[in-house]
Amino acid sequence: MTATAFKRADASAFPLPRLRAPAVFGVLALMFAGLLGRSLWLQWVDNDFLQEKGAARFSREIELPAHRGRIVDRFGDALAISTPVKSLWAFPAQFEATPAELTALARTLETTPQKLKARLDAADDYAVIAKQIPPETAAHAMALKIKGVNEQNEYRRYYPGGEVSAQIVGFTGDRDAGQEGIELAQQEWLAGKTGSRKVIINRRGDAVEDVASIRTPQAGRDLALSIDSRLQYVAFRELKAAIDKHNAKAGGLVVLDVRTGEILALANWPTYNPNARNKVERERMRNRALTDVFEPGSTMKPFTIATALETGKVRPDTVIHTEAGALTIGSATIHDAHPAGPLTVEQVIQKSSNVGAAKIALSMPAEALWHTFSDAGFGTPPRTGFPGEVAGRLRPAKTWKPIEQATMSYGHGLSVNLVQLARAYTIFATDGELKPATLFKTDGPIAGRPVIAPATARAVRHMLELATLPGGTAPKAQVPGYRVAGKTGTARKPEGHGYAAKYVASFVGFAPASNPRLVVAVMLDEPSGGAYYGGDVAGPVFSNVVGAALRMLAVPTDAPVDNVVLPPPGSEIREET
Amino acid sequence: MTRVNLALLAVLIVCALSLVTSRHEARRLFVELEREQGRTRQLETEYGQLQLEQSTWGMPARVEKIARENLRMQLPPAGRVEVVDVSAKAAR
Repeated sequence: MTATAFKRADASAFPLPRLRAPAVFGVLALMFAGLLGRSLWLQWVDNDFLQEKGAARFSREIELPAHRGRIVDRFGDALAISTPVKSLWAFPAQFEATPAELTALARTLETTPQKLKARLDAADDYAVIAKQIPPETAAHAMALKIKGVNEQNEYRRYYPGGEVSAQIVGFTGDRDAGQEGIELAQQEWLAGKTGSRKVIINRRGDAVEDVASIRTPQAGRDLALSIDSRLQYVAFRELKAAIDKHNAKAGGLVVLDVRTGEILALANWPTYNPNARNKVERERMRNRALTDVFEPGSTMKPFTIATALETGKVRPDTVIHTEAGALTIGSATIHDAHPAGPLTVEQVIQKSSNVGAAKIALSMPAEALWHTFSDAGFGTPPRTGFPGEVAGRLRPAKTWKPIEQATMSYGHGLSVNLVQLARAYTIFATDGELKPATLFKTDGPIAGRPVIAPATARAVRHMLELATLPGGTAPKAQVPGYRVAGKTGTARKPEGHGYAAKYVASFVGFAPASNPRLVVAVMLDEPSGGAYYGGDVAGPVFSNVVGAALRMLAVPTDAPVDNVVLPPPGSEIREET
Repeated sequence: MTRVNLALLAVLIVCALSLVTSRHEARRLFVELEREQGRTRQLETEYGQLQLEQSTWGMPARVEKIARENLRMQLPPAGRVEVVDVSAKAAR
């Protein structure tokens, strides 16, 4: 009783404010609610963000480079191939090495400790110690276990063909992406898909454990070109020899398979080594045979004659008066380098008479000539699958003046690229069909588009064969054991408003003449070693390449091996344009 | 009731143990997979290098040089070539 009384008295002695307890309770409850809310927030609403942050502390996604597909020739020999290499890198802040370790590292990487030090000091946050080194070297370097040195897998592209096929294949640039040539055009096909892998890392950033592979890298696909490496080499070797001999500025050579339109060889000069191209001018990287145009000159004459035969204006034995080698149209005069008397249409081709071709061209409507040129593929890109190929210039017939119609008949006033020219000659090598030119391997014969009648094609083929025999402009194009046919070109180069005393010497032909298998076009830009006629400069290149090519392809001979008859010195027929 | 509980406990333990085993198995298999993938990469490296070596040694330019210089081979001149017509012989 007393206790109770005391308690009461005590409580009443210090009366509490009436709302204090509920207030304290309320505050505490609020704080709990806050904590609870916060934890609910973290657990459900903000969960993803936190998970991510947490993962970032201990797990890393590692990128796995994918193998880029090879580029191979028609027999599967590599023209471009990727091999794995390693790069070593470090964060300079984490790099710790004793002088002895640094010396050992430098020795492994075949450099000096000073250079290594400079490389590390130059970078702020990421220093490349060694770029794209062989895996064995990298393994040696990693075996030194120097703190802070990391390795990275990469691929390096090698071009076994080197300068021989450099312009066709092209090369890859940063991050293994195609930058030039087929590497660029076929990037989609060749490139693989990079994969990635998740690993757990420790405090120092080293991978400790693999967690999962997110995506396995997908290798790129191989690509087979139409190129025949052996032929490509012969083409390059002969082109280079001719360029050295005649001191030419540039040149190109194309070998086409008549049956499929495949480009078996495509050589260019100047060239470069795609495996060491640090200081190569862009000039050397151009695939001139496809991206540059030139005025073809006399190699266009067969198309003029074919048109005339088609329209029925002339027959192969029709006689044309060549006006003693000079024909005046308006204010301009056309000349023949070697004036002759009356010539048959056959002889106009054989001896390459400009006046003859011009007179034949002027007897026809401009549209007829334009149609043949256009149908033979001039004025449109050849669509070989190479990036940046040009169309050349062929103006519409309506805009032609008579003098232009005359000069176009022998290849001036229009421009072509070398592949276009080679492809156009397939209409004479076949029975009038234009084959589609391609840089990719195809199976079996490809049907062409008929451009001229079979009879016309055969007639022109015969004229072109005459041009390579004594009495023609290109006896040096003859090949032992095979009959060949073709046409020379010796075109002055346009400069400013007129023509300079600089020449483009060319020869386009096919063999064997009895059943053509190959079309070969040769072009040398500005030969300046004295000789500049197509028959003297380009003809022998054609002969060497065709001879070697037909032998390699095991094409049966269609003539006795002692068939080559050269005219006595001094009596060669030469032509200009 | 107790019996049911005991049975469930046993099931639980079995499940837990099998989970542990399968996790362990998964880890082991992953490590094995990684090892095999590593081997694949290594073999790919080797294959690539061999291909490169093959195409480098087999370059026509090199073959020609060796044939001409070391083996002293040359193309026969036209006069020393005789063409044999197989089809004509067969017909005879």
